[in-house]
Amino acid sequence: MKRLLAFVAALAASGVPAFAADPDVTDWATVLEEARGQIVYWNAWAGSEQINAYIGWVGKALYERHGVKLVHVKVDDTGNAVSAVVSERTAGRDTDGSIDLIWINGENFASMKRQGLLFEPGWATHLPNWRYVDAENKPTITTDFTIPTEGLESPWGMAKMVFFYDSARTEQGSLPDSADELLDWVKANPGRFSYPQPPDFIGSSFLKQVLLETTPDPAALLKPAEEADFDAVAGPLFDYLDEMHPYVWRGAKTFPKDYPSMSQLLADGELDITFAFNPGEASSAIANDLLPHTVRSFTFTGGTLSNTHFVAIPYNAASKAGALVLANFLISPEAQIRKQDPTVWGDPTVLSMDLLSDEDRTRFADLDLGIATLAPDQLGPVLAEPHPSWVAMIEQEWAKRYGVAN
Amino acid sequence: MLRFFPALAVAVLSLPILAGLAGTVVPAFGYLPALGGNTFSLAPFADLFSQPGLVRSCIIAFASGVLTAAISVGLVALFVAGWGQTRAFRFVEVSVSPLLAVPHAAAAFGLAFMIAPSGFLARLLSPWATGWTRPPDWLIVNDQLGLSLMAGLIVKEVPFLLLMTLAALPQVPVTASRRLAMTLGYGRVSGFLYTVWPSVYRQIRLAVFAVIAFATSVVDMAIILGPTTPASLPVRLVEWMNDPDLSARFMASAGAVLQLGVTLSALLFWLAIERIAGQMLRLCTLRGRRFRTDALARRAAFTAMALIAVIVFGGLGVLSLWSVSGLWQFPDVLPGSLSLRGWRQTIPRIGNPLWTTVTVGVAATLLSGILAIACLAREQQTGRSAGNQALFFIYLPLLVPQAGFVFGLKLLLLYAEGGATWSALVLVHLVFVLPYVFLSLSAPWRAFDRRYEAISAGLGKTAWTTFLAVRMPMLSRAILTALAVGFAVSVAQYLPTLLIGAGRLVTITTEAVALGAGGNRRVIGIYAFFQMVLPFLGFVLAALVPALLFRNRRAMKVA
Repeated sequence: MKRLLAFVAALAASGVPAFAADPDVTDWATVLEEARGQIVYWNAWAGSEQINAYIGWVGKALYERHGVKLVHVKVDDTGNAVSAVVSERTAGRDTDGSIDLIWINGENFASMKRQGLLFEPGWATHLPNWRYVDAENKPTITTDFTIPTEGLESPWGMAKMVFFYDSARTEQGSLPDSADELLDWVKANPGRFSYPQPPDFIGSSFLKQVLLETTPDPAALLKPAEEADFDAVAGPLFDYLDEMHPYVWRGAKTFPKDYPSMSQLLADGELDITFAFNPGEASSAIANDLLPHTVRSFTFTGGTLSNTHFVAIPYNAASKAGALVLANFLISPEAQIRKQDPTVWGDPTVLSMDLLSDEDRTRFADLDLGIATLAPDQLGPVLAEPHPSWVAMIEQEWAKRYGVAN
Repeated sequence: MLRFFPALAVAVLSLPILAGLAGTVVPAFGYLPALGGNTFSLAPFADLFSQPGLVRSCIIAFASGVLTAAISVGLVALFVAGWGQTRAFRFVEVSVSPLLAVPHAAAAFGLAFMIAPSGFLARLLSPWATGWTRPPDWLIVNDQLGLSLMAGLIVKEVPFLLLMTLAALPQVPVTASRRLAMTLGYGRVSGFLYTVWPSVYRQIRLAVFAVIAFATSVVDMAIILGPTTPASLPVRLVEWMNDPDLSARFMASAGAVLQLGVTLSALLFWLAIERIAGQMLRLCTLRGRRFRTDALARRAAFTAMALIAVIVFGGLGVLSLWSVSGLWQFPDVLPGSLSLRGWRQTIPRIGNPLWTTVTVGVAATLLSGILAIACLAREQQTGRSAGNQALFFIYLPLLVPQAGFVFGLKLLLLYAEGGATWSALVLVHLVFVLPYVFLSLSAPWRAFDRRYEAISAGLGKTAWTTFLAVRMPMLSRAILTALAVGFAVSVAQYLPTLLIGAGRLVTITTEAVALGAGGNRRVIGIYAFFQMVLPFLGFVLAALVPALLFRNRRAMKVA
C-alpha cells in the first residue's frame, strides 16, 4: 500500500509543469532543443479527410525530424478553441494551457488579438522559413480581414472562393458570372443550389461574397460594423437571400453542413453548383474519388472573396517551442509543395516562387494541379474580406431570419 | 469490506449527477466565478428566451421523447402479444437483438444512408420504377418535424424494450394466461394485452422512462438525423456551450435547466398517457371486447419489426460498402469501382481514438463489474434484496438527461487541474455503464441455484473459495455478457465523451459524428464499421470464453 502511495505521489509530481521562460524565436537552435520531446496540441478544423490526412503526415515528419509529437485536436468550429483559451484565462490558468497551436483567421484571430490571448508579436516573421513567404505580393498575409497580423500568426495557406459544376450535366455557357446572375440561375434551376448553414465558415463566406457584391457602401465593410448603418449596408444581402431561398435546395428548410457535404451532394447529382474556399478542391476531390472527373471550376469575373489562413499560438500554450517548430515546418517548401498537391489536399502555397531555391521552384512547377483547377490567371480578381465584426452581425441576422424555417 | 460496496455504488451513481446538476443550475443563474460570473441574476434565462426558435426546439425534443416511447412500447407490446412463443418470434428476436449493441450514431448513419433521396432505397428503385436519374429534392433526412430523428430513435429503442420485456416475461404465467384467454374466445393480441401485459409493463416501466429521458435529450442522433432550422434543444445546448462568447456558457447552463424541464414534462405527460391507456384497456376488458380477428395488427407488428432489422442492418451493410467504394454516383445500386483508399488514409489515424475507446471502455466496464458483483454479493450476504430505492439509484443516470449534468461536470472540471483526463472520462463513463452492467447481471445472479454453494460449504470450503471456484465460473457467461453490454454502452457514449474529453480524448463515436458532418461517406463507413465491430467483439468474447473454458463440461453448454 505504501509503495502504491509513493508511486501515486511520484506520478503526481511528474505532472507538475516546469515553469520555463517563453522561448526566444531568434535563437532557433535553442528553440529546436527545447522543442524536442514536447507534445504539441494543435486545434485544427477537421471536417475534411484530405486535410486530416495531411496533418497526419505533418505529425509524422515533425516527429521524425525534430522529435516533436503532434496531436491533432479536431474541432468543427475554431470558435471552440478560442473559447477554451478564454475560459482558461478566466480560470487563472495562465501557463500550461491546453492548446499550443490554433488554425485560425478572420474574426477568431481578431477576437484573440483584441483580448491579448496570443503569443508575442513578431514570432511569425522571425521563423527561419519566413524568408520564403510571399508577404510582398500577397497582402492578405500581413492583413487578415483588415486586421494587421503583426507577426502574431504565421500564414499557412491561401484561400479563394471558387465555384464548381459537373460539365457532364451543366453547360459551361449557362453558368452565372456574378451573384446577381447566380440568383437568376437558381430561379431557373430550382433545388440545385444551396450553401452551408452559417455559422459554418464557408456558409458565412458565401454571405460575405453576396454582401460585397450587393452593398451600396463597400467602404463601410472595411470598418467595424458597429460604426455603420447595418440595415443600409447589409439590407440588400438579405433581400437577395429572401428572393433566393424559395428556390434553393430543400426550400431552405435545411442546409448542407459544410463544403465537403456540398461536394457529396454535387457527386450525388442533388446540387449543380457548389463552391469551396480552395481552388484545388475539385481536383483534389476528383483525385480522391469523391467527385466525377467531369467536374470543373469557375469564378466570377468581378472577383471572389480571398484570404489567407494562419496558425497562431495562445499566450498560455504549454509547448511554445514545439508550436514554433511546427509553424516553421508548415511554411517549409517541402510541406507547402505537398499541401498544394491535389492528390493530397490542393491548397495554394503562401510562398513566393522568386524566393525559393531553383530545385524547389521546379518541384512547384512540376505539380500537376489537376484537371479541374483554374490557372492562377483564370482565378479572377481578389475581393478583400470585410472587417471581422461583420461576420458576427450577418450570422446573427441570418439566424434571426432563417434559423427558424416554416 | 463487502458492506461498503453498496454505498460506494450509490455514490458513484449519484455524486457525479448531483454535483453535475449543481454545476448546471448555479451558472444558469449567472454565478460561476471561473468564467467571470460573480453575482446571481436571471440574465442567462433572458438570453435563452430571446433565442429564435427556442419553443420549436423544445417541442421537437418533447415530441421525440413521447412519440418515440409511445410507438416503441406499442410496437413491442403488439409484437410480443401477436407472436410470442412462435418460431417467427424467435427469428425476429435473434435478428433484432444485436441492434442493441449498435451505437446510436452508427444506426443513425445506417438509417440515413437508406432513406435519403440519394440513399440506397431510392437507388434500388431508380430509374426503372421512379424515373429518377437524379435524386428528388425531398426533405427526408433532417426534416423539420424530426420524423427521421424519431425513426432513428425507434429503431434503437425497440430492441432495448423488447429485451427488457423478454426479461420480464418469465415472472408472469404467460402460457396459462394465454390459454385461459383463448378458451374464453379472446384473440391472441387482446388476450395477451388484457392478462399478461399489465404486469409485464409494470416491470419495464423504468426502462420506458429511460427511453423517454434519452430521446428528449439525445445529441448525436439529432445531429445526424434531426432538423436544423432550428435544431432540437440538446443540439443547440452543445452549440452554445462551444460558443466563443463566454456569456453563451451561462445561457447554455440555463438551457440545460430548460432541458431538465422538457424531459420532466415529457415524463409527466407519459404518466398521463399511461393512465389513459390503462383506462382504455380496462374498458375494453370490462366490455369483453374480444378482437378475435387481429391478423392485420399481428402482421403489421411483424412487418414493422422485420423492417427495423432490415433497414438498419441494410444501412450498415451499405455503409460498409461505401467504405471500400470508389466513385459511386446516383442512381447506381453498386459502386462503379472498389478502392481501399479510404481505409489506407484512415487507418494510420484511427489508432488514437481506438485506443481511447478500448481503454476507457475496458476500465469503466471492469470497475462496473467489480462494483456490481460486490453489491450483489453483499445483497446475498444480508439476504435483503435491493429494494425500489436501490433501483431508483441504478436508473438515475438513465433518467436525468445527460446534458443536464454533464455540462455541470465539465464546468466543475474547469476548477480542477487538467480537466480532460483519462480518469475523468472513465469516471463519467462509469456512471452510464454501471446501471446496464448491474441490470443485466442481477437477474442471473439472483436466479443462481444456491444449493451448489451449500454443497461447497458442506465440503468445508470457505466463502471465498466457494465464490471463486463455484459461483464465478458457473456465472461466467452471465458476467461476461453483462460486461459486454457495459462495454457496448461505453463505446456508444457521445455527449459525455465530447464534453469531458474536450477534443483531447476522442473515441470512435465522437470521431464518427464529427466526421459525419463532413459528409465523406467512405470515412463515415469506416468509423461506423469500428463502432459496430467493437461491441460485437465484446459479445463474441463473452460467448467464446465460456465455451472454451467449459468445452468439456456438458452441463455448462448453451442450451
